[in-house]
Amino acid sequence: MEHLLNILIKSIFVENVIFAFFLGMCSFLAVSKKVKTAFGLGLAVIFVMILTTPLNYLILTYMLKEGALSWVHPSLATVDLTFLGFILFISTIAGAVQLVEMVVEKFTPTLYNALGIFLPLITVNCSILGASLFMQEREYNFAETAVFSVGAGIGFFLAIVLLAAIRERLRYSRIPEPLQGLGIAMIITGLMGMAFLSFSGIQL
Amino acid sequence: MSVETATAPSKPEVKREPLFSKKNRKVLRDPLDDNNPITVQILGICSALAVTVQVKPALIMAVGVMFVTAFSNLIIALIRDSIPSRIRMIVQLVVVALLVTLVDQLLKAYMYDISKKLSVFVGLIITNCIVMGRLEAFAMAQKPWPSFLDGVGNGLGYGIILVVVSIFRELLGAGSLLGYKIVPQWAYEMGYVNNGLMVLPPAALFIIGIYIWWQRGRNRKLINAS
Repeated sequence: MEHLLNILIKSIFVENVIFAFFLGMCSFLAVSKKVKTAFGLGLAVIFVMILTTPLNYLILTYMLKEGALSWVHPSLATVDLTFLGFILFISTIAGAVQLVEMVVEKFTPTLYNALGIFLPLITVNCSILGASLFMQEREYNFAETAVFSVGAGIGFFLAIVLLAAIRERLRYSRIPEPLQGLGIAMIITGLMGMAFLSFSGIQL
Repeated sequence: MSVETATAPSKPEVKREPLFSKKNRKVLRDPLDDNNPITVQILGICSALAVTVQVKPALIMAVGVMFVTAFSNLIIALIRDSIPSRIRMIVQLVVVALLVTLVDQLLKAYMYDISKKLSVFVGLIITNCIVMGRLEAFAMAQKPWPSFLDGVGNGLGYGIILVVVSIFRELLGAGSLLGYKIVPQWAYEMGYVNNGLMVLPPAALFIIGIYIWWQRGRNRKLINAS
């Protein structure tokens, strides 16, 4: 139990997808102009993350790993399909995003309009695929994968809402003209990353 | 992310244009500076920052991305008329995933230590927004050859930023370039200390932020780009 809690805290704060790995920076910078849209995108990312990472874990364990297919037929025990990982992972993610898109469009059209192009672009949000690949690289088991995906999603949500809040305040400050917009957003993300570095070393 | 929509030329072209006509040269050169994928289009920042602690992985990554953008643009431009627009995302992703798998397997076979260092970031080329962004904005509406050039150009533009950032980070953070010591030993004896911040993730953001500042200060028409 403590071990799982540790993974959760670690994936939210210490190894935050944005500040430690820069995953999902594109939408992070582009959708963080207003807190409200940032909030919506953050929630969508959490949802897709929780849906896809455990699903990809199951695909990896029961279809791709060496010997994973032995439940179909014993003669398939030596088949190793890990190299197909990228293609299957990204297809799962694309499918899940399509699903989320339909649900959001049906139930909250305002949020759907606010998110606009960025909802389909969650498919290519690096943090989602990144979570699946980290799950594969670190060889998590199912419970760990589930906890890790929740943590990574919350980490992204936290980061994008925080940055959006800061950027809303920035409108009232005097920034040199060439630095406005993207430039200052980058530097602020760096400063926030430094703040998050202070979490490193936390162990439960 | 700013995605400009390229419109397809409506009338069929009568004259064959030379391989490196003025227009094609512009397609190749624009992404290097005025329309740089990272600093102007805000595409593909994700992986650009994570692999730039040292110059060598950054170079390999840049070559890998260039390969994928160029050939995915080419393939999609070749089959663009036969893709139903509803499922184009998935078709594009499969093509890209195929090319990335190729790069990943090649790296694992011939450069295992670099492949370990890049870890998940090779796989993340799939979701690198540059690839998808260029496919959507350019290759879906253009002929194969300009699309190929556009891919090469954007890959190069991405590579330039990667190399610039990694040069700063490796030189200031470890005192070396491509693994060779640049800062002499006597400098350390006189009290020079490597800047530990440069090795940490936030440094990459600062360097790109300052690069954008410099670029937009020099070329003021980019200021309202995003």
